[in-house]
Amino acid sequence: MTAATMQRNKPSGFRISKKVLPYVLSLPALLVCIGILIPFFTSVVYSFQRYRLSQPWARQFNWGDNYISFFTDPRFWNTLEISLLYAGITVLLELLLGLGIAMLLQKRSTLNNFISIMLLMPLMTAPALAALMWKLMTNPGFGVLSYLASLIGLQDFRWASSPSTALFTVVLVDIWVYTPFIMILLLAGLRSLPTQPFEAAALDGVPRSFVFFRITLPMLTPYILTATLFRLLDSIQQFDIIYAMTQGGPGDTLTVFQVEAYLNFFQSTNVGRSAALMIILWAITYFLSNIFIKNWLRLRERARGLA
Amino acid sequence: MEHTSLLERILRGMALTLVVIFFMFPIVWILMMSFQTNETILRIPPQLVFKPTLANYTALITGKLTTAAGTLDIAFMRNLWNSVFLSVTSVAVALLLGVPAAYAFARHKFRGSEDIAFTLLSFRFAPALLVLLPLTLYFQKLGLANTYIGLIWVYQLICLPLILWIVRGYFEDIPADIEYAYRIAGHSWFATFRKIALPLAGPGIAAAGLLAFIFAWNNFVFALVLASADKQPVTVGALAFITSSGIQYGQISAAIVLSITPTLALALYAQRYLVEGLSLGAVKG
Repeated sequence: MTAATMQRNKPSGFRISKKVLPYVLSLPALLVCIGILIPFFTSVVYSFQRYRLSQPWARQFNWGDNYISFFTDPRFWNTLEISLLYAGITVLLELLLGLGIAMLLQKRSTLNNFISIMLLMPLMTAPALAALMWKLMTNPGFGVLSYLASLIGLQDFRWASSPSTALFTVVLVDIWVYTPFIMILLLAGLRSLPTQPFEAAALDGVPRSFVFFRITLPMLTPYILTATLFRLLDSIQQFDIIYAMTQGGPGDTLTVFQVEAYLNFFQSTNVGRSAALMIILWAITYFLSNIFIKNWLRLRERARGLA
Repeated sequence: MEHTSLLERILRGMALTLVVIFFMFPIVWILMMSFQTNETILRIPPQLVFKPTLANYTALITGKLTTAAGTLDIAFMRNLWNSVFLSVTSVAVALLLGVPAAYAFARHKFRGSEDIAFTLLSFRFAPALLVLLPLTLYFQKLGLANTYIGLIWVYQLICLPLILWIVRGYFEDIPADIEYAYRIAGHSWFATFRKIALPLAGPGIAAAGLLAFIFAWNNFVFALVLASADKQPVTVGALAFITSSGIQYGQISAAIVLSITPTLALALYAQRYLVEGLSLGAVKG
């Protein structure tokens, strides 16, 4: 605003304001974000401290102790293992399912477009609410899924309340919510592929499996990579579904990184350990997001070229 | 592709039917539960045919639930209002801050612009609790804990990167020559921005705003950590509702239905932009 009025009053000031203008325009957005960046550095400091909210007087730097103790802490290894397992399983299954559904819907028709719009609905449902919906459906007393499980002989299938099936249940909810994400990305990718290679292959009578593995998959790879990395970044940080469904339980079955950090902070009030956990998770996501952004930029350039 | 055999078409049809059932069933089922009394819900086997009742919705809207044991207060409408207020205000603030910044990043390659844009984008991928947990301690000191202002500020973490990156893409697609021509005609920078750039990027701004609204509405963890009961949106409120009301499954279902309807409606309305927005413009839908 100020830059604009300055320009109107003094045309000679044009050159200066042109240099300043972009900073003026982006500054408010930056300031808002910097305010949020401060807690990030605070987290780094906390992670090197012995800091419990219940014992504020005993707060002191213990340098790497929070991190070193992780090595011998079975709870930490459980967190790491379950986080990686959760992210790995969900993304792999969602990718396979999403690709399959995208290929089923590839042909543009009224029905296919209608179905792909309907499939957006789970994705637009808040993950926490989606978890509640599944919680109601898997309730041992009246849940329709518990009833259906009992029909196929699983009389005592306890879904999220049993340690042996809790992971399965939250993975199922994750798949329900996020498969449509991968599906619509890959569908957009599939529909944007050039048609000539497929026409040529059809003319030559090339087998379908060959077309899929040698033409479709390679051409779709950038889209698959983008979708996979995007989901991997989100999935390793999953909190909403797991917390709303089981709060990390039963026991420590589902204490993935963010859930564990939350419990550490609010239940055992161990700020130091919680911060150290978050820094480790951040390191993992930073590594992943760098690969993702590089990939994503390449794809973006390509989409721009086609548009 | 045209020469599909009958068998293949049947298999495809079956696969698609299974897909639709899996993804639609939970929504349909919860919708049905929301029109049932607790008595019908608890019946085994689950009933497909029942006499629909609006009692659950009236209980939620009036905030009074009359049971045999007495009258129970439900604060759910408060949660719904919080969700509306928080999401709308956060998106409005994010648009005010984000659109000019997006324009700056798109039109002026100033020093450090790419770095700044990437830093803003990286917020999208950082673990939320990394920032939220220390923030709770700061907010208590600053008096921002459990205030709308504090929440709206933090909601910028979701809304701003989204708006910045999508709108920037739209600005970049507008040929700069149009703006130069208008400038040469003697109009100020601000007039050019307002009369030329903004209207041309309008659809993009609308799409980004809608998406940001959906993400703000669906957010759970920010309010869980930073807000107490009277400021909580539906995502957190519904969870608290389940623990407090115990066995009022009909009302819980109705609450879930009311909570997911706005985002579902918006998604259907704006579905054309969703692909592009969700992938931050990586894939043109």
